[in-house]
Amino acid sequence: MLHDAMVVAQKDLRIEMRSKVGAAQVLPFAVVVLLLFAFALEPDRGVLTRAAGGLFWVAVLLSSVLGVQRSFALEAGGGRDGLRLSGLDPAGIFLGKAGAILVQLVVLEAVLAVFIYLLYDVSFRAAGLLLATGVLATWGVAAAGTLYGVLATGLRARETLLPLMFLPVVAPVLLAAARASDAALTGSASGGWGWVRLLGVFAVVYTAIGIVAFEPLLEDS
Amino acid sequence: MVDRFPALAGMDLTIERGESVLVTGSNGAGKTSLVRAIAGLLPIAQGEAIVLGSDLTRFRRAVRRQIGFLGHSTSLYDELTTAENVTFAVAAAGGDVGGVGPALDQLALGGRLAQLTLDRLSAGQRRRAALAVVVARDPALWLLDEPHAGLDAQSRDTLDAIVKDAIRRGRTVVITSHEWERGRRLTGREVIVSGGVIAGSSSSHAAAEADSVVNVPGESTPVHVA
Repeated sequence: MLHDAMVVAQKDLRIEMRSKVGAAQVLPFAVVVLLLFAFALEPDRGVLTRAAGGLFWVAVLLSSVLGVQRSFALEAGGGRDGLRLSGLDPAGIFLGKAGAILVQLVVLEAVLAVFIYLLYDVSFRAAGLLLATGVLATWGVAAAGTLYGVLATGLRARETLLPLMFLPVVAPVLLAAARASDAALTGSASGGWGWVRLLGVFAVVYTAIGIVAFEPLLEDS
Repeated sequence: MVDRFPALAGMDLTIERGESVLVTGSNGAGKTSLVRAIAGLLPIAQGEAIVLGSDLTRFRRAVRRQIGFLGHSTSLYDELTTAENVTFAVAAAGGDVGGVGPALDQLALGGRLAQLTLDRLSAGQRRRAALAVVVARDPALWLLDEPHAGLDAQSRDTLDAIVKDAIRRGRTVVITSHEWERGRRLTGREVIVSGGVIAGSSSSHAAAEADSVVNVPGESTPVHVA
């Protein structure tokens, strides 16, 4: 399963490196979202600073929709049949695609963190908490996105239905990640670890569901 | 089932291991549905379907690493090079990637063409790249759906030589085609499909003696592979 996951992740990341869709489209989109928030809340920088964690994760979530759509657009046409016929373990395909989305989102988050620092007047006080929040929340988003991405590939209006299905499911991740990030940014790290544990639960649950459900979704959706 | 409609109700077909079969029929007769069902890409709603010893009604994934499928679309990625595409397909199937180079050379896709991304290839070259995946994997069962479509004369001859070699080496080959004469020269038996059922069958070559590879009988749709 892990070998298959590596094969799929390498393929998806190689395609992303070549196409540069993430760098040229998804990343600018995320930056624009942050800029719009900054413009909208400029009159009161205090609000902007206090809401930085939530706004950051809203930007990440909206961008992740594009990333998930892109990941499964690669399999449009015969690619889906190709994956099914490849003999790859479906759980490996799930982990590989989620892993590739994770890597792309982590890069995006690193860039967004710079913009948050520059635009939102925040300081990163609890690096460990931020790092744990970032990894677990991003994996939860990537796993859930991969699950709903394959589900949406069988639908005619998948571009519009994917965010409708996916965003409500990851709303708990947004909530927990925003709270944990706020705790880290305000220096009250102790209050954030409870949210991190919740993010860990979400990540495990989405991963377990993905490993079990990806095959029937890939075969029959 | 194709969507919610029965596609091969009443289909009954047995193909022996090592046999080469040409599937013919008019557009919409069920040729593509038949090979997709054999590949485990269509759900078997009723009846039997055993391919290479696995019951497709229960384990559609079981035989896929032993099947090479050339469909209407190529299942390849535009952003990867020809060599990367074939290597990915072979590695995914757990095959020996050492066979990639020779397969590309065999289909005149070596050298510079191997290093071009797929979106820079012509339709015929992309078709050959898809065929290179099957050649490099060299599976036990070759399912070729309209393999000559989009190929020039030289590529068609190359394809024919590859298929003949696969048959000679004991691979089971199922080809759908509208080019009956060319298909008949390649295969040992012709099966005519009409309305999702077998309308006729004629044997032009002695079928290989061995276990049954595909058996689609009765009122429902069975498939068996020993």
